[in-house]
Amino acid sequence: MRDVSIIGVGQIPVAEHWDRSIRDLAVEAIAAARQDAGIDRVDVLFVGNMLSGELAGQENLATLVADAAGLLPIEALKIEAACASGGAALRAAHLAVGSGAHDYALVVGVEKMTDYLTDGVTAALALAADADYEAAHGITFAALNALLMRRYMYEHQARHEDFAPFSVNAHANAALNPHAMYRQPITVDDFERSPWVADPINILDSAGICDGAAALLIGPTSETRRARRPPVRIAASATATDTLGLAERKDPLVWQAVADSARLAYAQAKLKPQDVDLFELHDAFTIVSVLTLEACGFADRGSALKLAAEGRIGLEGDIPICTLGGLKGRGHPVGASGAYQLVETVLQLRGEAGPAQVRGARVGMAQSVGGSGSVAVTHILQV
Amino acid sequence: MELPRYHRLRGAYYRLEGSACPACPGRYFPPRAVCPACRTAGLRMFAFCGRGTLYSFSRVLQPPRGFASMAPYAVGMVRLEEGPLISCQLADTDGVDLSIGMPVEMVTRKLRDAEEHGYIVYGYKFRPRLGRAR
Repeated sequence: MRDVSIIGVGQIPVAEHWDRSIRDLAVEAIAAARQDAGIDRVDVLFVGNMLSGELAGQENLATLVADAAGLLPIEALKIEAACASGGAALRAAHLAVGSGAHDYALVVGVEKMTDYLTDGVTAALALAADADYEAAHGITFAALNALLMRRYMYEHQARHEDFAPFSVNAHANAALNPHAMYRQPITVDDFERSPWVADPINILDSAGICDGAAALLIGPTSETRRARRPPVRIAASATATDTLGLAERKDPLVWQAVADSARLAYAQAKLKPQDVDLFELHDAFTIVSVLTLEACGFADRGSALKLAAEGRIGLEGDIPICTLGGLKGRGHPVGASGAYQLVETVLQLRGEAGPAQVRGARVGMAQSVGGSGSVAVTHILQV
Repeated sequence: MELPRYHRLRGAYYRLEGSACPACPGRYFPPRAVCPACRTAGLRMFAFCGRGTLYSFSRVLQPPRGFASMAPYAVGMVRLEEGPLISCQLADTDGVDLSIGMPVEMVTRKLRDAEEHGYIVYGYKFRPRLGRAR
């Protein structure tokens, strides 16, 4: 495999974009990434998206985006891996460029969710679960995570408020990110008073429904001298899978796909968890942050809440997470979230994260998770 | 739920039919073709007895499309007596203080709101086990 670098990034603010369609969102992010790179050439397009068929009435999405962005007749594919679609699209692009099949690959993660009411979006999101044995029984995504959270609280004698630092951190960091949707700081009190979605998960445990698009242009590291911006190396790109059904795992509190993709990524990059300066993890629910930190080697089993309580996940901590708000604070346009995480990691490594800058950041990890831990894509970026 | 799909699921939904591996002690629900433990193909049908204990539970207050008339409703994961976990709705929970570890048993109930096609989709749910005072 050739060494591959990210040479341009672009994003639009995450919001309820009632006056923009899915194609408008994608085109805008692509234009921003191409301008940032200062390289005109694009050989292939990968569109990370989860729900365009269900929520935008549109499949054959990659062709639509290639056309709308003025990229015809290039090869274009939609990459779907539930909420990990954005990360999976970069994984596909990395394989395309690393293998030498293409030189410059464009990745755009895009999702349009706000045309529908909550019950429709909730049903659509449940498509990532097992259709016959979870979704058909009315077990929503929030409910699956609530089952995990209740069990975790039982096994480790945790209280609901122990999960607050994750949301408090996400909102505090989002307040520093002009592209974030939820820019108001919250307190532990706000967290505890928020209404239940599926107890013990409440609104402030959960990432919100929104629209967004983020894009990256990648190319061979050997050609990056032409780029306008400092290149960021893809030191690792790895995917792993686990059972689709949450109940089919030996121990549902062990997120094996997350652990496996992280282990593969550490091996590729020849790095350890201690070498990671910031971690954009998939905080769709507070319990996901907890299980992820434990699966990726940042905390022992049952001790991720302690890590958060000690302030170690903040911008000044030893393992800053969700530095520009994460899924909770920036917003979670599902198929686009992975692309946002990667764009944000690039900004951190280029030293362009503004007031949310993690000082001296050289190694950043971004991880997208689809389903209830059934697929995980981990990237390690390095400067 | 589409009629052919509902028909395909009848063994699992009505009789809790899963799979057993002929080569290792693996027992699975829902049914599988290949044993995830030893990779043996050609698993046999195995019907679970329908008793277990509550592994975890929640209450859905933001129901998806198709479940509005039932909300709020309780869901859970049950550790079946034969070993596997199953995700399910919980029935007859009004006035019951649900707790992890409590004995539960399978019942057959209506799974979701009525749909345009008119037939009712039934399947397994689990309820607190009756006569569990002993």
